[in-house]
Amino acid sequence: MVPPPSFTAQLLNLFAAGLLLISFAMLSQRRTRSLILLFGLQGAILVASTTLVAYSAGLRHLYFSAGLTLVLKVCLLPWILLRLVDRLEAQWDSEPLINIPTTMLIGVGLVIFAFGLAQPISALATTITRNTLGIALAIILLAFVMMITRRKAVTQVMGFLAMENGLFFAATSATYGMPMVVELGIALDVLVGVFILGIFFFQIREQFESLDLQHLENLKEE
Amino acid sequence: MELLLVLGVPLLGAVVLALFGARRHAAEVNALMSFGTLVSAAMLVLRVIRHGPMLVWHEQFFIDPFNVFLVALTAFVGFTTALFSRPYMRIEEHNGRITPGRLRLYHSMYQLFMAAMLLALLTNNMGLLWVAMEAATLSTVLLVSLYRTRASLEAAWKYFILCGVGIAQALFGTILLYFAAEGLLGGEGMAALLWTRLDAIKGQLEPTVLGLAFVFLLVGYGTKVGLAPLHNWLPDAHAEGPTPVSAVLSGLLLNVALYAVVRCKVLVEGSIQHLPGRMLMGFGLLSAILAAFFLWRQGDIKRLFAYSSIEHMGIVTFAFGMGGPVANFAALLHMTVHSLTKSAIFFAAGHASQTAGTQRIDGIRGLLVLSPTMGWGLMLGALAILGLPPFGVFASEFLILTTAMRDHPWATPILLTALGVAFAAIFGRVQAMVFGEIEGRPLSHSPALLPVFAHLAIVLMLGVYMPPALAEWYRLAARLIG
Amino acid sequence: MTAAPLVRQAAEVVLAMSLAPLFIGWIAQCRAWLQNRSAPPLLQPWRTLRKLFWKDATLAEHASPLFRLTPYVLFGTMVLAAAIIPTVATNLPFAWVADAIALVGLFATARVFISLAAMDIGTAFGTLGARREMMVGFLAEPALLMVFFNAFLISGSTALPSVVERLAAPPFIIYPSLAFAGVAFVMVLLAENARLPIDNPATHLELTMIHEAMVLEYSARHLALVEWASALKLFNYACLGFALFVPWGLASRDSGPGAVLVAVVALLLKLGAAGAVLALVETVSAKLRIFRAPEFLAMAFLLAVLGLLVHLLLGA
Repeated sequence: MVPPPSFTAQLLNLFAAGLLLISFAMLSQRRTRSLILLFGLQGAILVASTTLVAYSAGLRHLYFSAGLTLVLKVCLLPWILLRLVDRLEAQWDSEPLINIPTTMLIGVGLVIFAFGLAQPISALATTITRNTLGIALAIILLAFVMMITRRKAVTQVMGFLAMENGLFFAATSATYGMPMVVELGIALDVLVGVFILGIFFFQIREQFESLDLQHLENLKEE
Repeated sequence: MELLLVLGVPLLGAVVLALFGARRHAAEVNALMSFGTLVSAAMLVLRVIRHGPMLVWHEQFFIDPFNVFLVALTAFVGFTTALFSRPYMRIEEHNGRITPGRLRLYHSMYQLFMAAMLLALLTNNMGLLWVAMEAATLSTVLLVSLYRTRASLEAAWKYFILCGVGIAQALFGTILLYFAAEGLLGGEGMAALLWTRLDAIKGQLEPTVLGLAFVFLLVGYGTKVGLAPLHNWLPDAHAEGPTPVSAVLSGLLLNVALYAVVRCKVLVEGSIQHLPGRMLMGFGLLSAILAAFFLWRQGDIKRLFAYSSIEHMGIVTFAFGMGGPVANFAALLHMTVHSLTKSAIFFAAGHASQTAGTQRIDGIRGLLVLSPTMGWGLMLGALAILGLPPFGVFASEFLILTTAMRDHPWATPILLTALGVAFAAIFGRVQAMVFGEIEGRPLSHSPALLPVFAHLAIVLMLGVYMPPALAEWYRLAARLIG
Repeated sequence: MTAAPLVRQAAEVVLAMSLAPLFIGWIAQCRAWLQNRSAPPLLQPWRTLRKLFWKDATLAEHASPLFRLTPYVLFGTMVLAAAIIPTVATNLPFAWVADAIALVGLFATARVFISLAAMDIGTAFGTLGARREMMVGFLAEPALLMVFFNAFLISGSTALPSVVERLAAPPFIIYPSLAFAGVAFVMVLLAENARLPIDNPATHLELTMIHEAMVLEYSARHLALVEWASALKLFNYACLGFALFVPWGLASRDSGPGAVLVAVVALLLKLGAAGAVLALVETVSAKLRIFRAPEFLAMAFLLAVLGLLVHLLLGA
């Protein structure tokens, strides 16, 4: 009989499962505001998970990392995005390109693929969170599906940010996070990216009077 | 010291131009800053020639023959493009396509872009490399949509999303790389991310993890190189952005991205012998042949040459994939001459489209009569890029083809087809544009043709006579790549 | 076999039968409180049942024997299910039948009979209700099975008492796969028992009914049995949920009568809480359009599958 996992490991598994659940919820969600709130919740769980790992493995730099994620992904980014959505009046997304049950099926397939891919790497890792690398990869792939199958610009961006969350989680599970300088750089890039996207949304809406990405498919070969 | 200058001058330029870029002499300041960067780069090159490869500032920056020549190339093309951009933007402003406010954004982002690329080239830290590549993308995204037309917004959006997703894959690859090395190098400081340290232990890294990491890194950075099938953003971004931006994208950003790929390849080849090379060859050939066939359908001059960039980057990638001293030498040479020639072509094409008032190939006619310098520039540039002797492109393509025939004969017909198809497509169209009845009006300011001819002259020289110092330099770099 | 276990078994069944309508009444009360109106008394369902039993049954002219048989079949299957599901104790003599897959089969039998009976009379509403019921059932059954598989994988057996005992035993481990399965189970419960957001139990708008449409033709004692059977079905589902996800308090194999008393009290508490939660869920959800019901159930199915995958990956 395998001995039951320690309480920390159980909590970490629970957090990882929660992140996966939120990824699926984002995949099936139609309202933009709910998407942003889910993204904030995902960030909050990431913070909790990172703090727990920092506490149990005794790594101080992970506390900073968790703090940075808290400020950026739980407070700043959702606030910016909510304000953007209000000003752009982009409340609802239209029907996605593939209907939702099919998207969910594809999602489950990708989860299986991600788990399979991550198995050999997890076997080599030495962190306490190594089992969750498969979930991190699954979150990245699910966010990717979300980006591909959505029609509104805002939801595509949400998929992009969710992918970024997945990458952060992967870094924490495989290697206890990247060095601080790199993490700061990545955070800065994400922030600047969102700013630029915000500028973009206004430009797009000004030109096309809608944020539906179907209008952005006119450049073709000829 | 020189390092600080090389990175600091463009950053300073970005700040200055962000504040004052709407004033009258912004373009001159831009050119001046670029000239400063060029001088610092030259000093850096001299130092490396004298002292050999250097590790600077807690091993965070690494300068060896491979990247210092790219630094010099980047600074040079950056400078000449800044020279070109001055009259070009004047004319654009005169035609009403751009306002001084947007010019301020343009100039400051241009310098920021230079700084980001130079950082990417000089850093030893794989994580910082990623950050710099992402910064380079971000600084050009707003530039592509500078004209605020529907098409340019679409192009910029595609660019952002596709390159963003690509670079996220590259981040995952970097994480995997860090993971593989952390066990051996420890997490102290950032040792596991430093390329020099990784290079020292590359034989001991776990092959499965490295293989997976390389796939992600190739897909990620390969998107920015424009390798098929991830190239969709490239033609649109080149066609819709202002011409100086197209020139630096084609001439510089693609090179820097390929540099990142090659650095990763060197690391991974330590434990997995053939996979990286084969993958590079495959993607390179695919890009070359796909681009060649797409060339036939193009009706827009800048899209035409964008696809030509994809083709040539494919050829360079293929050469790096083959490996070995001759192929690497040829690849490095090709990177140089392609960069110079393509930017020269874009300079000429930019002015040509300004004259004719359209970017459509059917709308541009009689360049030779209208402005001899423009017509000759375009024609010679096209001949150069098509690989006609005595230009330098012929030399590098010849070397690549002969190496392929010797080591991988199956690839030779594909390469020859790609080159041949591209030749037919481009030559026919350029001929139509350069000769024939005039269909345009003279420009309000005299075009900047000095950069065009300076580039073409260098390319000619490289084809006819390569200074032995330079040849030795390339050989050193080729040996480093392995 | 001695008499004592049989008596215990019978007592459990009687307990289930008496608590089921009260449970329905409790949910209705909670809903009323949440919606800020005065609630019907708790015993109202019992009063309705008594009233119905006294009335004369009227049947359509061409009703077949199946139509008359169905209420008894329904009631019988639900009572049997109540006997199988460990409500207060796990050492009951019917335990050897208590395979969860057989349980799903019992529910399926009930569903088939009611659908056939609904179509028996030949009215449009009956057929409509029957088709919708079958659609919901067809999608909900795999989801339910997947939920069970999650529990089986963790406890290593398909017999409900063993599952319960394994899950209730210390040490307390958080199983994320069970969390996923729990959410999926709640969704299936809502769908199978004709509650919002799939079907409104209080509606009589024919175009939106599922369950009500099927029982339109029944009256008096037949209707009473059918209503009692649906109450029992909800009760059974609730107890199933308790057994899988909050199994503490159940009297196990070797405990005495005191433990049974504790179990009854625990059951009442759990039912109270569950009723409140159900009422809350019903109040905040709007009824889904009928063609979105497959999406809802597909999500439940996929959540359960996800729980399975998470278990396989994390070993939890």
